[in-house]
Amino acid sequence: MTIQSSTSLRAVTSYDASLKPGFIDPVFDAQAVFRASLLATAYPGRVVSLDRSFTAPRPFSPATAALCLTLMDFETPTWLDHQTSCAEAAQWLGFHCGLAVAEGPMAARFAIVTDPLTMPRLFEFHPGNVEYPDRSTTLIIQVPSLTEGPPTAWTGPGIKTSATVGIGDLPFWFWSDWDLNGELYPRGIDVLFTNGNALMGLPRTITVEA
Amino acid sequence: MSASITTNHNDSGYNFAYLDEQTKRMIRRSLLKALSIPGYQVPFGGREMPLAYGWGTGGIQVTAAVIGPDDRLKVIDQGADDTTNAVSIRRFFETVADVAVTESTEDATIVQTRHRIPETPLKEDQILVYQVPQPEPLKKIDPRETETRKMHAYGEYGAMQVTLYEDIARFGRIAKAYDYPAIVNGRHLMSPSPIPKFDNPKMENNPAIQLFGAGREKRIYAIPPYTSVRSLDFDDHPFEVQSWKGCCALCGSTESYLDEVITDDKGSRMFVCSDTDFCNTRQAEKTATAVADDQASGEEA
Repeated sequence: MTIQSSTSLRAVTSYDASLKPGFIDPVFDAQAVFRASLLATAYPGRVVSLDRSFTAPRPFSPATAALCLTLMDFETPTWLDHQTSCAEAAQWLGFHCGLAVAEGPMAARFAIVTDPLTMPRLFEFHPGNVEYPDRSTTLIIQVPSLTEGPPTAWTGPGIKTSATVGIGDLPFWFWSDWDLNGELYPRGIDVLFTNGNALMGLPRTITVEA
Repeated sequence: MSASITTNHNDSGYNFAYLDEQTKRMIRRSLLKALSIPGYQVPFGGREMPLAYGWGTGGIQVTAAVIGPDDRLKVIDQGADDTTNAVSIRRFFETVADVAVTESTEDATIVQTRHRIPETPLKEDQILVYQVPQPEPLKKIDPRETETRKMHAYGEYGAMQVTLYEDIARFGRIAKAYDYPAIVNGRHLMSPSPIPKFDNPKMENNPAIQLFGAGREKRIYAIPPYTSVRSLDFDDHPFEVQSWKGCCALCGSTESYLDEVITDDKGSRMFVCSDTDFCNTRQAEKTATAVADDQASGEEA
């Protein structure tokens, strides 16, 4: 790993001086970010802050970029929305994650959405199949706010009674599509919302009343 | 080379927590999907560990993917912190991850367990990792995974009810005392690993995160916090846990799971708590209050 790190540092300087670095400490940073995403998935509706920050490539927030470095690699075909695929983030993902890019949302294990208002409908992503519901797409949606949007009531596993959450700037059809997603259970997509340096999980088991 | 990169490496030559980063990412992705589908067994690329199958390789891989330098790890085997399996796994993580270890359930951030859930109630943000020998509750009904996978896919769990009913027809009660099947989140039938059925009610609405790893079978599953876990039963034969006539011979507890200990060749025996941390804490408290009482009465005289 030491050897690998040194070659990657050299490659950065010779390849593209503007390419932003990844984790400073790949092992412990990835572990800390994973723990945050584990908590976010286990306790949906809670804002989980990352305790480390780094410079993310445009248009990513630090939390989005950190999740990508933690969870994605050549094994996870990932769909990028238009705003991401045109920006420096696409090159950054290719370099740091060795990311395989998926042809469309239906072929994606992960999907990164940085501009939620133009995102595809939820049924366009892969819901997994009935014998392997774990093969569905995990959406990472970067939103302008996790708390100041229109309030919604979340209930389900991981939430003791119910949680009030205000995700900002989602398309108008989002929560009605989410109801349909719930009807596919155990199939269905899962979502991680990110904003700045914080994240919030929305697994398929959660019922949302808008 | 920056100093922060070299901190990843200790003298042992292993990556932090033994597994390489690629493997950890793969396990981490499986863990997130497992939490999203409570009770569903997510297949994962289980690695060979420096330990024989059946000794907790699945639990170790889950712990290795989750653990960080700030964690405090507790490992129990049949409730005890000082048995072979617990000691060797605790030493393993002390060596490869250099993490703090503890025997106290309260202080631990991660508890890896074989065959028991600690008596002390768990708190939010704590993680309980189970070592699972056989993750498939339907294996004895149909050994073919193609079939059991379909049964899970369509929620066809009638055959499991029938095996429990056969017990009632033969013995007048459900005879299964450990690895008692439960329905998680009203949907997936799950093997809770060979914990006594005494511990089944503790899984329900537990504030902690429960992760299950099966190394040989290469499956990971999970119960998120505050999730319904219903042990299978019948209206006229409701689920009930074991109870004992006496109390723990060491700490006097009447609420904990008791192990029978044979004390000599003449058949003498005693019942003691299987959870050593729970028992030791209670004994220490008792001694402390006894000493305090002695002092108080001494002052009066």
